[in-house]
Amino acid sequence: MDLASTLPTLLGAAWLLPLASFVIVWLFGPRLGHAGKHAGYVATGAILGSFVLALIALLSWTGKHGVFVEAHHDESHAGAPTAPPRSESSPSKSPVQFRLVAAAAEGEHADYAHYDHEGKAYYTGDWYTLAKFGKLQLTIGYYIDSLTVVMFCMVTLIASCIHFYAQGYMHDELHDVEDHEVTLSDGHHLHRRGRYHRFFQYLSLFCFSMLGVVLSGNMAMTFVFWELVGVCSYFLIGFYIERKSASTAANKAFIVNRVGDFGMLIGMMALWSSLGTFNFGDMAVEDAASGETRSQAGIFSQVRPGPSHELVVPEGMKQAAAATGSEDTERCGYWLLVIAGVGIFCGCVGKSAQFPLHTWLPDAMEGPTPVSALVHSATMVAAGVYLAGRFYPVFAPEALLVIAVIGCITLFIAATIAITAVDIKRVLAYSTVSQLGYMMFALGVGGWVAGMMHLVTHAFFKSLLFMCSGSVIHAVHTNDMTKMGGLRKKMPWTAYTMLVGCLAIAGAGIPFLVGFSGYYSKDAIIAQAIAYKEVNPLWGVTLFVAAGGAATTAFYMFRLWYMTFSGQPRDAHKYDHAHESPKVMYYPLVVLSVFAIAVAWPITIVGDAAEGSPLVHLLNQAVPDGVGSMEGAVRGTLAASVAIPSEHASHVDAIHSAATMLAFSTALGGFLLATLFYGWKYLDPAEVRNQFPQVYRFLWNKWWFDELYDALFVKPAHLLAAVAAWLDKNVLDRIIDGSAKVTLVASRYDDWFDRLFVDGLVNWFGRWTYGVGLAFRRLQTGSVRQYAMFVVLGTVVLFFLLSLFLGTAVGR
Amino acid sequence: MNLLTEPIGISHYLAVGAVMFVAGAVCMATKRNALGILMGIELVLNGANVNFVAFSSEYLRSGPRASLGLDGQLIALFVIVLAAAEAAVALAIALNFYNNHATIDVDRADDLKG
Repeated sequence: MDLASTLPTLLGAAWLLPLASFVIVWLFGPRLGHAGKHAGYVATGAILGSFVLALIALLSWTGKHGVFVEAHHDESHAGAPTAPPRSESSPSKSPVQFRLVAAAAEGEHADYAHYDHEGKAYYTGDWYTLAKFGKLQLTIGYYIDSLTVVMFCMVTLIASCIHFYAQGYMHDELHDVEDHEVTLSDGHHLHRRGRYHRFFQYLSLFCFSMLGVVLSGNMAMTFVFWELVGVCSYFLIGFYIERKSASTAANKAFIVNRVGDFGMLIGMMALWSSLGTFNFGDMAVEDAASGETRSQAGIFSQVRPGPSHELVVPEGMKQAAAATGSEDTERCGYWLLVIAGVGIFCGCVGKSAQFPLHTWLPDAMEGPTPVSALVHSATMVAAGVYLAGRFYPVFAPEALLVIAVIGCITLFIAATIAITAVDIKRVLAYSTVSQLGYMMFALGVGGWVAGMMHLVTHAFFKSLLFMCSGSVIHAVHTNDMTKMGGLRKKMPWTAYTMLVGCLAIAGAGIPFLVGFSGYYSKDAIIAQAIAYKEVNPLWGVTLFVAAGGAATTAFYMFRLWYMTFSGQPRDAHKYDHAHESPKVMYYPLVVLSVFAIAVAWPITIVGDAAEGSPLVHLLNQAVPDGVGSMEGAVRGTLAASVAIPSEHASHVDAIHSAATMLAFSTALGGFLLATLFYGWKYLDPAEVRNQFPQVYRFLWNKWWFDELYDALFVKPAHLLAAVAAWLDKNVLDRIIDGSAKVTLVASRYDDWFDRLFVDGLVNWFGRWTYGVGLAFRRLQTGSVRQYAMFVVLGTVVLFFLLSLFLGTAVGR
Repeated sequence: MNLLTEPIGISHYLAVGAVMFVAGAVCMATKRNALGILMGIELVLNGANVNFVAFSSEYLRSGPRASLGLDGQLIALFVIVLAAAEAAVALAIALNFYNNHATIDVDRADDLKG
C-alpha cells in the first residue's frame, strides 16, 4: 500500500465525516427521530467512524514507519546523506492530488535537501485550491506526520467518548425545557423547546474544525479552521443563549480570541510577505511552463534549510529587511523572524487561554459540561498548543523565551486561583489553564516531545475529569462544591474514575517504575526545565515555578475530590437526590480512565525491551527538524544569554532522576496538604482563610484580572461609547436638526415660488384659454339661417379676396 | 355690353347661375321652414352646376386653350349625387326634429347655442 495516497484519504475521510454529520443534522435535525433524538446517533456514528479511520491511519503509519526510532544518536550531519526511509514513491507515480512530496526523495536538490536521518517522514499536498491571487495561493491541503496521526486518534477518541456521554447528559433537551436560571419580565421562567439536535450539530462542526486545524497543510487553511473552532466554541459556550451569563461568556471567548488572532494575522503577514508561501512542508508543484515537477520549499525548510536544520534567517526575510533600507539585513531579518514567531504564538495565547488572555476559559464553563470537556481537552485549547508545536521550527530562541515565560506565568496564576475556587467546573477550568501553561512552558524550554505528550495525556485525563464533574452536576444539580460531599457512596463509578483523573493530573506514580500518564509527561517537562536551568541560570526560576505549580495542581485536585466525594454530605437534600449517572455516561468515563492511566505507559510493561513509551517514540518521529538533533544548546541571536537546550539533554540520567524525584515529591506534598485539610481535617481551611484574608481575597477574585480588564478595556470602551453617544446627541443630532430646519425654510421659499410663478403661469394660460373660448362661444348662435349667412358671406369675401390677389393672374 | 342683344353665350349661362345662386342664398337666409332651406341649398348647388356645365361646354367655349373636356360635366354629376345624399340626410334630420319638437322651424332649433 502506498502510504502517500492512503494516509490523506483515510485522514481526509475521518476529517469530513463530522462535516457530513453536521450537514445532515443541520438540514434534518428536528426530524431525526423523536425531537431529534437520532441526531445524537448520527453525530456519534460520524465521530466513531472518524476514530476508526484515524486508528487505521495510525496502524498503517506504524506499519510503515514503525513505532520506534533511533532517537538518541549523534552521528555527524556532515556525512554523506543516506537514502531516506521514505523514498518509495516519486511524485510522477502518485496521483496528482495525493502527491507524496518528498524533498528528500529528490536528493539532487542539494539546496534544501531534507535528509531525514531520524526517519521523520511527512506527507503533504493540496486537495483543492480555494483561490489564487497572483503569488498568493489559498489551498485546502494536508500535512501529515506522526503528530497529526496521534492527534487525530486522540481527538476522535475523546470526541467519541464525549458524544456518547452527551447523549446522556443532554437528555433534558429532548423535550421542552424550563430554564430556571432565566426569569422573564413577567416573572416566569423561560420555557423553550429542546435543542438536542442543535447541540450535536455544533459538536460535529466543532470536531470537523479541530480536525481541520490538525490536518491543515498550510497557514491559511489553519487560520480558516482556527476561526471555525472559535465560532463553534462561541455557539456551544452560548448554548443556553437566553442566560445572560452564557451569552456574555460566549462573547468574551470570541472577543478575547480575536485579540490573539490579531497577533496571529501579523505573524502570518510577516511570514507570507517574506517567504511567499503558506505551506508548512515542501510541496511538489507542477511548473506551468515546462510541465516539470519541482519542489517548492515550505516555511519550515526555508527557515531551517540544509542538512543540519539550524535556524537561519531566510533569504526572503533578508530581502524584506533590505527593502526597508536596513543596513544590517541579517539582524533585521532575524527580528522579522522573531516577530513572526511571537505573532503566531499570540494566536496560540488567545486560543489556549494563556496569560494575559486566559480570562475567557473559566467563563466558558457556562456551556454544557460535554462542551467544557471537549473545549478543554481535545479541541479549542488543544488547537493553540498544537499550532505552537506545529510551528515550532519557526520559533527563534527569543520567541521560545517569550513562550516559556508566558507559559510559566500562566501555570502559576491559574494554579493559585484554582486553590480557592468552589465551583467544581471552575477549579477544573483553572487547572486546564495551568496545564496549558505547562505545555507552553515545555515548548518554550525546548521540550517539544514533552509538551506534545502532555497535550495528549492531559486531553485524556482532563476530559475524564470534566465528564466526571458533569456527572456530579447531573446528579446534584449544582456546581458548588460546598454543597457536595460524601457522594462517593452514591456514585462510585464517577468517584473512582475521577480519582483516576486526579491521580493522573497530579502525576502520581511509583518513581522510576510506573505511573499514571501524567507522571510521564510531567516528568519530561520538569526534566526539560532542569536542563533549561542548567544552561540558563538567569531563567532558572521558571523551574521552581513549574515545580510549585505541580504541587499546587496536586493540592487543588485532591481538594476537589475530597470536597465532592468524601466526608459528610454538606447539603442533605441534594445528597438524598443524588444518583449514579446512566451507563451511557459512565462507560465513557471508564474508557477514558483506562487511557488516562495507560496512554503513556512505556512498552516495557508489555514486555518489550525498548525504552520509553510508544507515544514518546511516535512523537519523536515528528520532532521538528533541527530541534531534537542538535548537539548542546541553541543560542539566541538577539539575546545571546538565552539558550534552548536540546531535548536529549534532559534524558541524561542525573537530570531525569532529579526530575522524577522533584515531580514526585511536589505532587506528594500537594496531595498530603490537601489530605490534611480536606481528608483528615487536621487543619481547617477557614482558619487559614482568616489568617491571610488579603491573599484569600486576591485569589478568590482571580488576581483581579477581570476587574483589571474591566477597568482597562471595558470601562474605557463604555466611556468611549458614552462620549460617542454624547457627541451623537449634541453634535450630530444638532447638525441633522439644523439641516432639517434649513431644508424646511428652503422648501417654504420653494413653495412660494411654485405657487406664484409656476402655478401662476399655468393658471394664467388656463384662464386665457377659457376667455378665448367664451369669446368664440358667442359665434355659436345655434341659428341655422345665420350659419348659412356666414357661409354665403364667407364665400363672397373669399371670392373678392381671390379676385383681388389672383384676378390679374387669371385675367392674363 | 347688353346681354339681351348678344347671341347666347357663356355670359348668359353665368347670369342664370348667378341668379339661381343668389335666389338660393336668399332662400336659405330668409326661410324659417327647414324644407325651404333645403330647397335653397338645391338652388345654390344647381346654380354652381350651371356654371360648371357652361364652362366645360365646347359649344360655348372653343379653342384648345379654353377647353376643359368633360371635367365640368363630371363635377356636375358628382354635385347632383352629393345633393341627393345630402337631401336624404337633411330630410331625415328634419323628420327627427319634427318628431322631437313637433315643428320644423329652424329658429326653434337652437339646442347647440354656445
